Amino acid sequence: MGSLLSLPVVISALELGFIYALVALALFLSFSILKIADLSTDGCFTLGCAVGAQVAIMGHPILALPAAMLAGVCSGFIMAMLQTKMGVEPILSGIIVNTGLYTVNLAVMGFSSNLSIFKADTIYTLFQDWLGNTWYRLIVSIILVVIVCVVLGWFLGTRLGLSIRATGDNTDMVKASSINPGFTVTVGLCVSGALTALSGCLIGHYQKMCDINLGTGMVTIALASLIIGETLIGKGSVKRHIAGVILGSCLYRFAMAIALRLHVPAECLKLVSAVIVAVAIAAPYLKQRAAFQKRKMAAMAARKGGNDA
Amino acid sequence: MLRLTNVKKTFNPGTVNEKVAINGITLTIEDGEFATIIGSNGAGKSTLFNCIAGSFYPDEGSVKLDERDITFVPDYKRATQIGRLFQDPMRGTAPNMTIEENLTLAYLRASKKGRGSAFSRMSVQERKLFRERLALLGMGLEDRMKQPVGLLSGGQRQALTLLMAATLVPPKILLLDEHTAALDPATAEKVLDLTKRVVEENHLACLMITHNMHSALELGNRTLMMDSGKIVLDIQGKEREGLTVDGLLQRFSVGAGKELDNDRILFSK
Ligand SMILES: Nc1ncnc2c1ncn2[C@@H]1O[C@H](COP(=O)(O)OP(=O)(O)OP(=O)(O)O)[C@@H](O)[C@H]1O
Ligand SMILES: [Mg+2]
Repeated sequence: MGSLLSLPVVISALELGFIYALVALALFLSFSILKIADLSTDGCFTLGCAVGAQVAIMGHPILALPAAMLAGVCSGFIMAMLQTKMGVEPILSGIIVNTGLYTVNLAVMGFSSNLSIFKADTIYTLFQDWLGNTWYRLIVSIILVVIVCVVLGWFLGTRLGLSIRATGDNTDMVKASSINPGFTVTVGLCVSGALTALSGCLIGHYQKMCDINLGTGMVTIALASLIIGETLIGKGSVKRHIAGVILGSCLYRFAMAIALRLHVPAECLKLVSAVIVAVAIAAPYLKQRAAFQKRKMAAMAARKGGNDA
Repeated sequence: MLRLTNVKKTFNPGTVNEKVAINGITLTIEDGEFATIIGSNGAGKSTLFNCIAGSFYPDEGSVKLDERDITFVPDYKRATQIGRLFQDPMRGTAPNMTIEENLTLAYLRASKKGRGSAFSRMSVQERKLFRERLALLGMGLEDRMKQPVGLLSGGQRQALTLLMAATLVPPKILLLDEHTAALDPATAEKVLDLTKRVVEENHLACLMITHNMHSALELGNRTLMMDSGKIVLDIQGKEREGLTVDGLLQRFSVGAGKELDNDRILFSK
Protein backbone atom coordinates (compact mmCIF):
# COMPACT_ATOMS: atom_id res chain seq x y z
CA MET A 1 0.00 0.00 0.00
CA GLY A 2 2.91 2.30 0.77
CA SER A 3 4.11 2.11 -2.80
CA LEU A 4 0.58 2.56 -4.05
CA LEU A 5 0.01 5.82 -2.24
CA SER A 6 3.13 7.87 -1.85
CA LEU A 7 2.93 11.27 -0.19
CA PRO A 8 2.82 13.29 -3.43
CA VAL A 9 0.02 11.09 -4.71
CA VAL A 10 -1.95 11.57 -1.50
CA ILE A 11 -1.41 15.30 -1.57
CA SER A 12 -2.46 15.71 -5.16
CA ALA A 13 -5.53 13.52 -4.63
CA LEU A 14 -6.51 15.69 -1.69
CA GLU A 15 -5.87 18.88 -3.64
CA LEU A 16 -8.09 17.76 -6.49
CA GLY A 17 -10.60 16.30 -4.05
CA PHE A 18 -11.05 19.63 -2.33
CA ILE A 19 -11.18 21.68 -5.52
CA TYR A 20 -13.68 19.39 -7.23
CA ALA A 21 -15.69 19.23 -4.01
CA LEU A 22 -16.98 22.69 -4.93
CA VAL A 23 -18.74 21.31 -8.01
CA ALA A 24 -20.17 18.54 -5.90
CA LEU A 25 -21.42 21.18 -3.46
CA ALA A 26 -23.01 23.01 -6.38
CA LEU A 27 -24.83 19.81 -7.33
CA PHE A 28 -25.77 19.29 -3.71
CA LEU A 29 -27.62 22.58 -3.98
CA SER A 30 -29.19 22.06 -7.40
CA PHE A 31 -29.67 18.29 -7.42
CA SER A 32 -30.19 17.24 -3.79
CA ILE A 33 -31.88 20.37 -2.50
CA LEU A 34 -33.71 21.90 -5.47
CA LYS A 35 -34.17 18.51 -7.21
CA ILE A 36 -33.05 20.00 -10.52
CA ALA A 37 -30.64 18.05 -12.74
CA ASP A 38 -28.34 20.87 -13.83
CA LEU A 39 -26.70 19.78 -17.08
CA SER A 40 -25.07 23.16 -17.59
CA THR A 41 -22.46 22.14 -15.01
CA ASP A 42 -19.88 21.13 -17.64
CA GLY A 43 -20.04 24.42 -19.49
CA CYS A 44 -20.22 26.47 -16.34
CA PHE A 45 -17.10 24.78 -15.01
CA THR A 46 -15.14 25.66 -18.15
CA LEU A 47 -16.57 29.17 -18.02
CA GLY A 48 -15.17 29.66 -14.53
CA CYS A 49 -11.84 28.30 -15.67
CA ALA A 50 -11.68 30.54 -18.73
CA VAL A 51 -12.70 33.71 -16.89
CA GLY A 52 -10.36 32.92 -13.99
CA ALA A 53 -7.47 32.29 -16.39
CA GLN A 54 -8.04 35.48 -18.37
CA VAL A 55 -8.27 37.65 -15.27
CA ALA A 56 -5.11 36.03 -13.90
CA ILE A 57 -3.32 36.68 -17.19
CA MET A 58 -4.36 40.30 -16.88
CA GLY A 59 -2.48 40.27 -13.57
CA HIS A 60 -5.24 39.96 -10.99
CA PRO A 61 -5.05 36.42 -9.58
CA ILE A 62 -7.19 37.24 -6.54
CA LEU A 63 -9.81 39.13 -8.50
CA ALA A 64 -10.03 36.05 -10.75
CA LEU A 65 -12.03 34.21 -8.07
CA PRO A 66 -14.93 36.64 -7.69
CA ALA A 67 -14.88 37.28 -11.44
CA ALA A 68 -15.29 33.58 -12.17
CA MET A 69 -18.03 33.30 -9.56
CA LEU A 70 -19.87 36.22 -11.11
CA ALA A 71 -19.69 34.52 -14.50
CA GLY A 72 -21.13 31.39 -12.86
CA VAL A 73 -23.94 33.43 -11.34
CA CYS A 74 -24.82 34.73 -14.80
CA SER A 75 -24.90 31.21 -16.20
CA GLY A 76 -27.13 30.04 -13.34
CA PHE A 77 -29.34 33.08 -13.74
CA ILE A 78 -29.95 32.44 -17.44
CA MET A 79 -30.81 28.84 -16.71
CA ALA A 80 -33.20 29.92 -13.96
CA MET A 81 -34.89 32.44 -16.25
CA LEU A 82 -35.44 29.74 -18.88
CA GLN A 83 -37.05 27.55 -16.23
CA THR A 84 -39.09 30.02 -14.23
CA LYS A 85 -40.07 32.61 -16.81
CA MET A 86 -40.22 30.64 -20.04
CA GLY A 87 -41.41 27.23 -18.90
CA VAL A 88 -38.43 25.29 -20.27
CA GLU A 89 -37.94 21.90 -18.60
CA PRO A 90 -34.99 21.95 -16.16
CA ILE A 91 -33.03 19.29 -18.06
CA LEU A 92 -33.57 21.06 -21.37
CA SER A 93 -32.65 24.46 -20.02
CA GLY A 94 -29.39 22.96 -18.73
CA ILE A 95 -28.61 21.48 -22.13
CA ILE A 96 -29.42 24.75 -23.88
CA VAL A 97 -27.23 26.81 -21.57
CA ASN A 98 -24.44 24.25 -21.84
CA THR A 99 -24.51 24.42 -25.62
CA GLY A 100 -24.47 28.20 -25.62
CA LEU A 101 -21.67 28.30 -23.10
CA TYR A 102 -19.34 26.46 -25.48
CA THR A 103 -19.21 29.51 -27.74
CA VAL A 104 -19.09 31.90 -24.81
CA ASN A 105 -16.16 29.98 -23.35
CA LEU A 106 -14.29 30.05 -26.65
CA ALA A 107 -14.89 33.79 -26.84
CA VAL A 108 -13.60 34.31 -23.30
CA MET A 109 -10.49 32.35 -24.24
CA GLY A 110 -9.98 34.61 -27.25
CA PHE A 111 -11.23 32.00 -29.71
CA SER A 112 -8.47 29.54 -29.05
CA SER A 113 -9.16 26.15 -27.58
CA ASN A 114 -6.61 26.48 -24.82
CA LEU A 115 -5.05 29.12 -22.71
CA SER A 116 -1.86 28.97 -20.67
CA ILE A 117 -1.22 30.99 -17.52
CA PHE A 118 2.33 29.80 -16.94
CA LYS A 119 3.74 33.30 -17.10
CA ALA A 120 1.24 34.94 -14.80
CA ASP A 121 0.71 34.62 -11.07
CA THR A 122 -2.14 32.39 -9.89
CA ILE A 123 -3.97 32.31 -6.58
CA TYR A 124 -1.64 29.44 -5.69
CA THR A 125 1.71 30.89 -6.75
CA LEU A 126 0.93 33.99 -4.69
CA PHE A 127 1.36 31.86 -1.58
CA GLN A 128 4.04 29.50 -2.87
CA ASP A 129 7.02 31.17 -1.21
CA TRP A 130 5.19 31.61 1.99
CA LEU A 131 3.74 28.11 2.44
CA GLY A 132 6.47 25.94 0.93
CA ASN A 133 6.59 24.03 -2.33
CA THR A 134 5.02 20.80 -1.09
CA TRP A 135 1.95 22.05 0.68
CA TYR A 136 0.96 25.41 -0.75
CA ARG A 137 -1.65 24.18 -3.18
CA LEU A 138 -3.31 21.91 -0.68
CA ILE A 139 -3.39 24.56 2.05
CA VAL A 140 -4.81 27.24 -0.23
CA SER A 141 -7.45 24.83 -1.57
CA ILE A 142 -8.47 23.67 1.89
CA ILE A 143 -8.77 27.23 3.21
CA LEU A 144 -10.89 28.33 0.27
CA VAL A 145 -13.15 25.29 0.40
CA VAL A 146 -13.60 25.55 4.15
CA ILE A 147 -14.59 29.21 3.79
CA VAL A 148 -17.10 28.26 1.10
CA CYS A 149 -18.51 25.43 3.25
CA VAL A 150 -18.92 27.65 6.31
CA VAL A 151 -20.65 30.35 4.29
CA LEU A 152 -22.87 27.80 2.52
CA GLY A 153 -23.80 26.11 5.80
CA TRP A 154 -24.65 29.47 7.31
CA PHE A 155 -26.60 30.53 4.23
CA LEU A 156 -28.76 27.41 4.20
CA GLY A 157 -29.77 28.14 7.79
CA THR A 158 -31.01 31.65 7.03
CA ARG A 159 -34.60 32.34 6.07
CA LEU A 160 -33.66 32.59 2.41
CA GLY A 161 -31.67 29.37 2.63
CA LEU A 162 -34.56 27.60 4.35
CA SER A 163 -36.92 28.75 1.61
CA ILE A 164 -34.56 27.33 -1.01
CA ARG A 165 -34.44 24.02 0.83
CA ALA A 166 -38.21 23.93 1.11
CA THR A 167 -38.64 24.65 -2.61
CA GLY A 168 -37.26 21.26 -3.56
CA ASP A 169 -39.16 19.63 -0.73
CA ASN A 170 -42.65 21.07 -1.13
CA THR A 171 -43.36 23.95 -3.49
CA ASP A 172 -46.93 24.37 -2.22
CA MET A 173 -45.63 24.99 1.24
CA VAL A 174 -43.18 27.60 -0.02
CA LYS A 175 -46.00 29.46 -1.74
CA ALA A 176 -48.12 29.20 1.39
CA SER A 177 -45.29 30.92 3.25
CA SER A 178 -45.67 33.82 0.79
CA ILE A 179 -42.40 33.09 -0.99
CA ASN A 180 -42.16 33.06 -4.76
CA PRO A 181 -40.69 29.64 -5.67
CA GLY A 182 -39.38 31.13 -8.92
CA PHE A 183 -37.26 33.45 -6.85
CA THR A 184 -35.83 30.74 -4.63
CA VAL A 185 -35.02 28.55 -7.63
CA THR A 186 -33.22 31.49 -9.21
CA VAL A 187 -31.15 32.24 -6.11
CA GLY A 188 -30.33 28.56 -5.69
CA LEU A 189 -29.16 28.13 -9.28
CA CYS A 190 -27.10 31.33 -9.13
CA VAL A 191 -25.29 30.16 -5.99
CA SER A 192 -24.81 26.74 -7.52
CA GLY A 193 -23.39 28.31 -10.71
CA ALA A 194 -21.01 30.44 -8.64
CA LEU A 195 -19.65 27.35 -6.87
CA THR A 196 -19.18 25.43 -10.11
CA ALA A 197 -17.36 28.33 -11.74
CA LEU A 198 -15.17 28.87 -8.67
CA SER A 199 -14.15 25.24 -8.88
CA GLY A 200 -13.31 25.66 -12.56
CA CYS A 201 -11.30 28.78 -11.79
CA LEU A 202 -9.28 26.98 -9.11
CA ILE A 203 -8.57 24.04 -11.42
CA GLY A 204 -7.37 26.47 -14.08
CA HIS A 205 -5.03 28.13 -11.62
CA TYR A 206 -3.94 24.75 -10.31
CA GLN A 207 -3.05 23.37 -13.73
CA LYS A 208 -1.93 26.78 -14.99
CA MET A 209 -3.94 26.29 -18.12
CA CYS A 210 -7.44 26.20 -19.43
CA ASP A 211 -8.86 23.91 -22.08
CA ILE A 212 -12.20 24.20 -23.83
CA ASN A 213 -13.02 20.56 -23.02
CA LEU A 214 -11.98 20.80 -19.39
CA GLY A 215 -15.52 20.51 -18.08
CA THR A 216 -16.57 17.49 -20.12
CA GLY A 217 -18.08 14.83 -17.86
CA MET A 218 -17.88 17.09 -14.82
CA VAL A 219 -21.52 16.56 -13.93
CA THR A 220 -21.01 12.78 -13.66
CA ILE A 221 -17.93 13.12 -11.49
CA ALA A 222 -19.58 15.63 -9.19
CA LEU A 223 -22.66 13.46 -8.93
CA ALA A 224 -20.47 10.49 -8.01
CA SER A 225 -18.78 12.48 -5.25
CA LEU A 226 -22.13 13.65 -3.96
CA ILE A 227 -23.56 10.15 -3.88
CA ILE A 228 -20.44 8.54 -2.39
CA GLY A 229 -20.72 11.12 0.38
CA GLU A 230 -24.42 10.48 0.89
CA THR A 231 -23.85 6.72 0.98
CA LEU A 232 -21.06 6.90 3.52
CA ILE A 233 -22.26 9.67 5.81
CA GLY A 234 -25.97 9.49 5.14
CA LYS A 235 -28.49 12.20 4.49
CA GLY A 236 -28.47 13.94 7.82
CA SER A 237 -28.36 17.62 8.61
CA VAL A 238 -26.97 20.14 6.16
CA LYS A 239 -23.59 20.24 7.93
CA ARG A 240 -23.25 16.49 7.72
CA HIS A 241 -24.25 16.55 4.11
CA ILE A 242 -21.60 19.14 3.27
CA ALA A 243 -18.92 17.14 5.09
CA GLY A 244 -20.06 14.06 3.18
CA VAL A 245 -19.74 15.84 -0.15
CA ILE A 246 -16.11 16.76 0.57
CA LEU A 247 -15.29 13.28 1.79
CA GLY A 248 -16.93 11.79 -1.31
CA SER A 249 -14.97 14.05 -3.60
CA CYS A 250 -11.64 13.16 -1.95
CA LEU A 251 -12.43 9.43 -2.03
CA TYR A 252 -13.25 9.64 -5.71
CA ARG A 253 -9.87 11.25 -6.36
CA PHE A 254 -8.13 8.54 -4.33
CA ALA A 255 -9.87 5.89 -6.39
CA MET A 256 -8.69 7.56 -9.58
CA ALA A 257 -5.16 7.96 -8.21
CA ILE A 258 -5.04 4.27 -7.34
CA ALA A 259 -6.30 3.34 -10.79
CA LEU A 260 -3.49 5.40 -12.30
CA ARG A 261 -0.91 3.77 -10.02
CA LEU A 262 -2.21 0.38 -11.09
CA HIS A 263 -1.22 1.40 -14.60
CA VAL A 264 -4.72 1.68 -15.93
CA PRO A 265 -4.03 3.42 -19.23
CA ALA A 266 -5.12 7.06 -19.34
CA GLU A 267 -7.55 6.34 -22.18
CA CYS A 268 -9.48 4.01 -19.89
CA LEU A 269 -9.90 6.50 -17.06
CA LYS A 270 -13.32 7.65 -18.21
CA LEU A 271 -14.53 4.06 -18.09
CA VAL A 272 -13.09 3.62 -14.61
CA SER A 273 -14.83 6.77 -13.50
CA ALA A 274 -18.13 5.64 -15.02
CA VAL A 275 -17.83 2.34 -13.14
CA ILE A 276 -17.12 4.17 -9.89
CA VAL A 277 -20.18 6.36 -10.45
CA ALA A 278 -22.40 3.38 -11.22
CA VAL A 279 -21.18 1.49 -8.16
CA ALA A 280 -21.60 4.52 -5.94
CA ILE A 281 -25.15 5.07 -7.12
CA ALA A 282 -26.13 1.41 -6.95
CA ALA A 283 -24.49 0.73 -3.57
CA PRO A 284 -27.24 2.11 -1.30
CA TYR A 285 -29.87 0.15 -3.20
CA LEU A 286 -27.87 -3.07 -3.20
CA LYS A 287 -27.17 -2.66 0.50
CA GLN A 288 -30.88 -2.34 1.15
CA ARG A 289 -31.64 -5.37 -1.00
CA ALA A 290 -29.06 -7.44 0.83
CA ALA A 291 -30.48 -6.46 4.20
CA PHE A 292 -33.97 -7.31 2.96
CA GLN A 293 -32.86 -10.73 1.71
CA LYS A 294 -31.15 -11.43 5.01
CA ARG A 295 -34.26 -10.58 6.96
CA LYS A 296 -36.36 -12.70 4.63
CA MET A 297 -34.01 -15.67 5.09
CA ALA A 298 -34.07 -15.23 8.86
CA ALA A 299 -37.86 -15.05 8.88
CA MET A 300 -38.16 -18.15 6.67
CA ALA A 301 -35.72 -20.07 8.87
CA ALA A 302 -37.67 -19.07 11.96
CA ARG A 303 -40.92 -20.23 10.35
CA LYS A 304 -39.44 -23.57 9.45
CA GLY A 305 -38.11 -23.96 12.98
CA GLY A 306 -41.58 -23.15 14.35
CA ASN A 307 -43.25 -25.83 12.17
CA ASP A 308 -40.87 -28.50 13.28
CA ALA A 309 -41.44 -27.87 16.95
CA MET B 1 -64.09 40.21 4.81
CA LEU B 2 -64.05 38.14 1.64
CA ARG B 3 -66.31 39.09 -1.21
CA LEU B 4 -66.78 37.05 -4.38
CA THR B 5 -68.76 38.65 -7.18
CA ASN B 6 -70.14 36.51 -9.97
CA VAL B 7 -67.07 34.27 -10.18
CA LYS B 8 -66.98 31.89 -13.14
CA LYS B 9 -64.46 29.27 -14.13
CA THR B 10 -64.57 26.94 -17.11
CA PHE B 11 -61.92 24.29 -17.71
CA ASN B 12 -60.79 23.49 -21.26
CA PRO B 13 -63.21 25.91 -22.92
CA GLY B 14 -64.08 25.16 -26.53
CA THR B 15 -63.00 21.52 -26.38
CA VAL B 16 -64.92 18.31 -25.85
CA ASN B 17 -63.61 18.35 -22.31
CA GLU B 18 -65.19 21.69 -21.57
CA LYS B 19 -66.34 21.78 -17.96
CA VAL B 20 -68.02 24.65 -16.23
CA ALA B 21 -66.66 24.19 -12.70
CA ILE B 22 -67.86 27.44 -11.16
CA ASN B 23 -70.94 29.03 -12.61
CA GLY B 24 -71.42 32.50 -11.20
CA ILE B 25 -70.84 32.48 -7.48
CA THR B 26 -71.50 35.56 -5.40
CA LEU B 27 -70.64 35.23 -1.75
CA THR B 28 -69.64 37.41 1.18
CA ILE B 29 -67.91 36.03 4.25
CA GLU B 30 -67.57 38.45 7.15
CA ASP B 31 -64.70 38.44 9.63
CA GLY B 32 -65.39 35.92 12.35
CA GLU B 33 -67.82 34.01 10.17
CA PHE B 34 -67.24 30.27 9.93
CA ALA B 35 -69.04 28.70 6.98
CA THR B 36 -69.07 25.00 6.19
CA ILE B 37 -69.45 23.89 2.58
CA ILE B 38 -70.98 20.61 1.46
CA GLY B 39 -71.76 19.24 -1.97
CA SER B 40 -71.26 16.17 -4.10
CA ASN B 41 -68.01 15.21 -5.83
CA GLY B 42 -67.21 17.53 -8.67
CA ALA B 43 -69.57 20.24 -7.42
CA GLY B 44 -66.74 22.77 -7.70
CA LYS B 45 -65.83 23.22 -4.05
CA SER B 46 -62.07 22.85 -4.47
CA THR B 47 -62.18 24.94 -7.61
CA LEU B 48 -63.82 27.71 -5.62
CA PHE B 49 -60.99 27.54 -3.10
CA ASN B 50 -58.44 27.60 -5.89
CA CYS B 51 -59.98 30.82 -7.19
CA ILE B 52 -59.92 32.37 -3.73
CA ALA B 53 -56.35 31.30 -3.02
CA GLY B 54 -55.13 32.21 -6.50
CA SER B 55 -54.00 28.76 -7.67
CA PHE B 56 -55.64 29.83 -10.89
CA TYR B 57 -57.51 32.93 -11.94
CA PRO B 58 -61.27 32.99 -12.58
CA ASP B 59 -62.55 33.65 -16.11
CA GLU B 60 -65.04 36.20 -14.90
CA GLY B 61 -65.96 38.01 -11.73
CA SER B 62 -63.85 39.38 -8.92
CA VAL B 63 -62.39 38.29 -5.60
CA LYS B 64 -61.99 40.97 -2.96
CA LEU B 65 -60.39 40.74 0.43
CA ASP B 66 -61.19 43.71 2.69
CA GLU B 67 -62.23 45.71 -0.37
CA ARG B 68 -58.86 45.09 -2.04
CA ASP B 69 -59.28 43.45 -5.41
CA ILE B 70 -57.08 40.34 -5.39
CA THR B 71 -58.58 38.58 -8.40
CA PHE B 72 -55.27 38.56 -10.27
CA VAL B 73 -52.77 38.70 -7.41
CA PRO B 74 -50.38 35.71 -7.59
CA ASP B 75 -51.03 32.99 -5.03
CA TYR B 76 -47.79 33.40 -3.08
CA LYS B 77 -48.54 37.08 -2.54
CA ARG B 78 -52.03 36.36 -1.24
CA ALA B 79 -50.63 33.81 1.15
CA THR B 80 -49.89 36.52 3.71
CA GLN B 81 -53.64 36.86 4.17
CA ILE B 82 -54.99 33.46 3.20
CA GLY B 83 -54.24 30.25 5.08
CA ARG B 84 -55.08 26.95 3.45
CA LEU B 85 -55.20 23.29 4.43
CA PHE B 86 -55.66 20.38 2.05
CA GLN B 87 -57.06 16.91 2.41
CA ASP B 88 -53.58 15.50 1.92
CA PRO B 89 -51.60 16.06 5.14
CA MET B 90 -48.39 15.96 3.08
CA ARG B 91 -49.16 19.13 1.18
CA GLY B 92 -48.78 21.65 3.95
CA THR B 93 -45.31 20.89 5.28
CA ALA B 94 -41.81 20.20 3.95
CA PRO B 95 -41.04 16.58 4.97
CA ASN B 96 -37.24 16.73 4.90
CA MET B 97 -37.03 19.80 7.08
CA THR B 98 -37.39 19.87 10.83
CA ILE B 99 -40.50 21.02 12.65
CA GLU B 100 -38.72 24.14 13.75
CA GLU B 101 -37.54 24.95 10.23
CA ASN B 102 -41.05 24.52 8.90
CA LEU B 103 -42.37 26.87 11.54
CA THR B 104 -39.65 29.42 10.74
CA LEU B 105 -40.75 29.44 7.13
CA ALA B 106 -44.40 29.82 8.03
CA TYR B 107 -43.42 32.64 10.35
CA LEU B 108 -41.82 34.47 7.41
CA ARG B 109 -45.25 35.78 6.54
CA ALA B 110 -45.16 37.86 9.71
CA SER B 111 -41.85 39.52 9.01
CA LYS B 112 -42.64 40.39 5.43
CA LYS B 113 -41.97 44.08 5.79
CA GLY B 114 -38.33 43.66 6.76
CA ARG B 115 -37.12 42.25 3.48
CA GLY B 116 -33.58 42.52 4.85
CA SER B 117 -34.43 39.70 7.20
CA ALA B 118 -33.79 37.19 4.41
CA PHE B 119 -30.34 36.57 5.87
CA SER B 120 -31.40 36.37 9.48
CA ARG B 121 -31.64 33.10 11.33
CA MET B 122 -34.14 31.70 13.77
CA SER B 123 -33.89 33.72 16.99
CA VAL B 124 -34.11 32.45 20.54
CA GLN B 125 -37.41 34.23 21.11
CA GLU B 126 -38.84 32.65 17.98
CA ARG B 127 -37.82 29.21 19.12
CA LYS B 128 -39.51 29.88 22.44
CA LEU B 129 -42.64 31.08 20.70
CA PHE B 130 -42.69 27.95 18.53
CA ARG B 131 -42.33 25.74 21.58
CA GLU B 132 -45.23 27.44 23.32
CA ARG B 133 -47.46 27.16 20.29
CA LEU B 134 -46.59 23.52 19.70
CA ALA B 135 -47.33 22.72 23.33
CA LEU B 136 -50.87 24.03 22.79
CA LEU B 137 -51.49 21.21 20.32
CA GLY B 138 -51.06 18.70 23.15
CA MET B 139 -49.27 16.21 20.88
CA GLY B 140 -45.84 16.39 22.45
CA LEU B 141 -44.41 17.97 19.31
CA GLU B 142 -42.64 20.65 21.35
CA ASP B 143 -40.06 18.05 22.34
CA ARG B 144 -39.46 16.93 18.76
CA MET B 145 -38.65 20.27 17.20
CA LYS B 146 -35.38 19.05 15.68
CA GLN B 147 -37.00 16.08 13.96
CA PRO B 148 -37.91 16.07 10.28
CA VAL B 149 -41.63 16.56 9.71
CA GLY B 150 -41.64 13.45 7.53
CA LEU B 151 -41.48 11.36 10.70
CA LEU B 152 -44.81 12.67 12.00
CA SER B 153 -48.14 10.93 11.54
CA GLY B 154 -50.75 12.40 9.20
CA GLY B 155 -52.77 13.83 12.06
CA GLN B 156 -49.72 15.40 13.66
CA ARG B 157 -48.71 16.89 10.35
CA GLN B 158 -52.18 18.29 9.80
CA ALA B 159 -52.20 19.83 13.27
CA LEU B 160 -48.81 21.35 12.57
CA THR B 161 -50.05 22.70 9.25
CA LEU B 162 -53.02 24.25 11.01
CA LEU B 163 -50.62 25.92 13.40
CA MET B 164 -48.52 27.19 10.50
CA ALA B 165 -51.43 28.35 8.38
CA ALA B 166 -53.69 29.83 10.98
CA THR B 167 -52.21 30.65 14.36
CA LEU B 168 -48.56 31.54 13.98
CA VAL B 169 -49.47 34.45 11.74
CA PRO B 170 -53.27 34.70 11.72
CA PRO B 171 -54.52 35.13 8.14
CA LYS B 172 -57.64 37.10 7.22
CA ILE B 173 -59.33 34.00 5.91
CA LEU B 174 -58.74 30.31 6.43
CA LEU B 175 -59.63 27.75 3.73
CA LEU B 176 -60.02 24.15 4.86
CA ASP B 177 -60.47 21.60 2.07
CA GLU B 178 -61.61 18.35 3.74
CA HIS B 179 -58.63 18.71 6.01
CA THR B 180 -59.66 15.85 8.29
CA ALA B 181 -60.73 13.40 5.57
CA ALA B 182 -57.48 11.42 5.64
CA LEU B 183 -57.38 11.08 9.42
CA ASP B 184 -58.81 8.41 11.69
CA PRO B 185 -62.01 9.43 13.55
CA ALA B 186 -60.30 10.18 16.87
CA THR B 187 -57.55 12.26 15.31
CA ALA B 188 -60.04 13.97 13.01
CA GLU B 189 -62.05 14.94 16.09
CA LYS B 190 -58.93 16.36 17.70
CA VAL B 191 -57.99 18.38 14.63
CA LEU B 192 -61.56 19.65 14.32
CA ASP B 193 -61.55 20.79 17.94
CA LEU B 194 -58.30 22.52 17.30
CA THR B 195 -59.77 24.16 14.21
CA LYS B 196 -62.71 25.44 16.18
CA ARG B 197 -60.45 26.89 18.82
CA VAL B 198 -58.09 28.50 16.33
CA VAL B 199 -60.91 30.13 14.40
CA GLU B 200 -62.58 31.47 17.54
CA GLU B 201 -59.44 32.72 19.22
CA ASN B 202 -58.17 34.56 16.18
CA HIS B 203 -61.60 35.73 15.03
CA LEU B 204 -60.89 34.42 11.51
CA ALA B 205 -63.19 34.21 8.57
CA CYS B 206 -63.20 30.54 7.69
CA LEU B 207 -64.53 28.31 4.91
CA MET B 208 -64.49 24.58 5.53
CA ILE B 209 -65.31 21.93 2.95
CA THR B 210 -66.50 18.69 4.49
CA HIS B 211 -68.29 15.53 3.49
CA ASN B 212 -69.45 14.94 7.02
CA MET B 213 -72.97 16.35 7.32
CA HIS B 214 -72.75 16.35 11.10
CA SER B 215 -69.67 18.54 11.25
CA ALA B 216 -71.20 20.70 8.54
CA LEU B 217 -74.10 21.53 10.83
CA GLU B 218 -72.30 21.41 14.12
CA LEU B 219 -69.31 23.57 13.32
CA GLY B 220 -69.41 27.23 12.48
CA ASN B 221 -72.38 29.51 12.02
CA ARG B 222 -73.30 29.10 8.38
CA THR B 223 -73.68 26.20 5.95
CA LEU B 224 -73.40 26.42 2.19
CA MET B 225 -74.30 23.67 -0.21
CA MET B 226 -72.86 23.57 -3.69
CA ASP B 227 -74.00 21.73 -6.78
CA SER B 228 -72.80 21.97 -10.39
CA GLY B 229 -70.73 25.07 -9.75
CA LYS B 230 -73.45 26.97 -7.92
CA ILE B 231 -74.36 27.65 -4.33
CA VAL B 232 -77.78 26.05 -4.07
CA LEU B 233 -78.33 26.47 -0.37
CA ASP B 234 -77.15 29.06 2.14
CA ILE B 235 -78.37 28.46 5.66
CA GLN B 236 -77.53 30.58 8.68
CA GLY B 237 -78.93 32.03 11.89
CA LYS B 238 -82.24 30.80 13.29
CA GLU B 239 -82.92 28.66 10.28
CA ARG B 240 -79.76 26.68 10.94
CA GLU B 241 -80.42 26.02 14.60
CA GLY B 242 -82.10 22.71 15.16
CA LEU B 243 -81.63 21.63 11.56
CA THR B 244 -80.96 17.89 11.34
CA VAL B 245 -79.01 15.98 8.73
CA ASP B 246 -82.27 14.67 7.29
CA GLY B 247 -83.65 18.18 7.16
CA LEU B 248 -80.54 19.36 5.38
CA LEU B 249 -80.75 16.58 2.80
CA GLN B 250 -84.33 17.44 2.16
CA ARG B 251 -83.50 21.10 1.73
CA PHE B 252 -80.81 20.07 -0.72
CA SER B 253 -83.11 18.10 -2.98
CA VAL B 254 -85.45 21.07 -3.07
CA GLY B 255 -82.60 23.51 -3.77
CA ALA B 256 -80.79 21.47 -6.40
CA GLY B 257 -83.88 19.80 -7.84
CA LYS B 258 -82.39 16.34 -7.34
CA GLU B 259 -81.32 13.86 -4.71
CA LEU B 260 -77.82 14.18 -3.31
CA ASP B 261 -75.88 11.40 -4.94
CA ASN B 262 -72.64 10.94 -3.19
CA ASP B 263 -71.01 7.90 -1.71
CA ARG B 264 -68.61 9.87 0.38
CA ILE B 265 -71.11 11.84 2.41
CA LEU B 266 -71.33 10.50 5.91
CA PHE B 267 -74.82 9.93 7.15
CA SER B 268 -73.73 8.73 10.55
CA LYS B 269 -76.24 9.79 13.15
N1 LIG C 1 -57.44 21.41 -13.37
C1 LIG C 1 -58.60 20.98 -13.88
N2 LIG C 1 -58.73 20.76 -15.20
C2 LIG C 1 -59.89 20.34 -15.73
N3 LIG C 1 -61.00 20.12 -15.02
C3 LIG C 1 -60.96 20.31 -13.69
C4 LIG C 1 -59.75 20.75 -13.05
N4 LIG C 1 -60.00 20.87 -11.72
C5 LIG C 1 -61.28 20.50 -11.55
N5 LIG C 1 -61.88 20.18 -12.72
C6 LIG C 1 -63.26 19.78 -12.90
O1 LIG C 1 -64.07 20.73 -12.26
C7 LIG C 1 -65.12 20.11 -11.56
C8 LIG C 1 -65.11 20.56 -10.12
O2 LIG C 1 -64.00 19.99 -9.47
P1 LIG C 1 -63.67 20.25 -7.95
O3 LIG C 1 -62.33 19.68 -7.69
O4 LIG C 1 -63.86 21.68 -7.64
O5 LIG C 1 -64.76 19.39 -7.21
P2 LIG C 1 -65.04 19.23 -5.66
O6 LIG C 1 -66.35 19.85 -5.38
O7 LIG C 1 -63.89 19.71 -4.88
O8 LIG C 1 -65.18 17.66 -5.52
P3 LIG C 1 -64.64 16.66 -4.41
O9 LIG C 1 -65.71 16.59 -3.38
O10 LIG C 1 -64.51 15.36 -5.12
O11 LIG C 1 -63.36 17.16 -3.90
C9 LIG C 1 -64.95 18.63 -11.73
O12 LIG C 1 -65.86 18.17 -12.69
C10 LIG C 1 -63.55 18.46 -12.21
O13 LIG C 1 -63.47 17.40 -13.13
MG1 LIG D 1 -62.29 18.78 -3.69
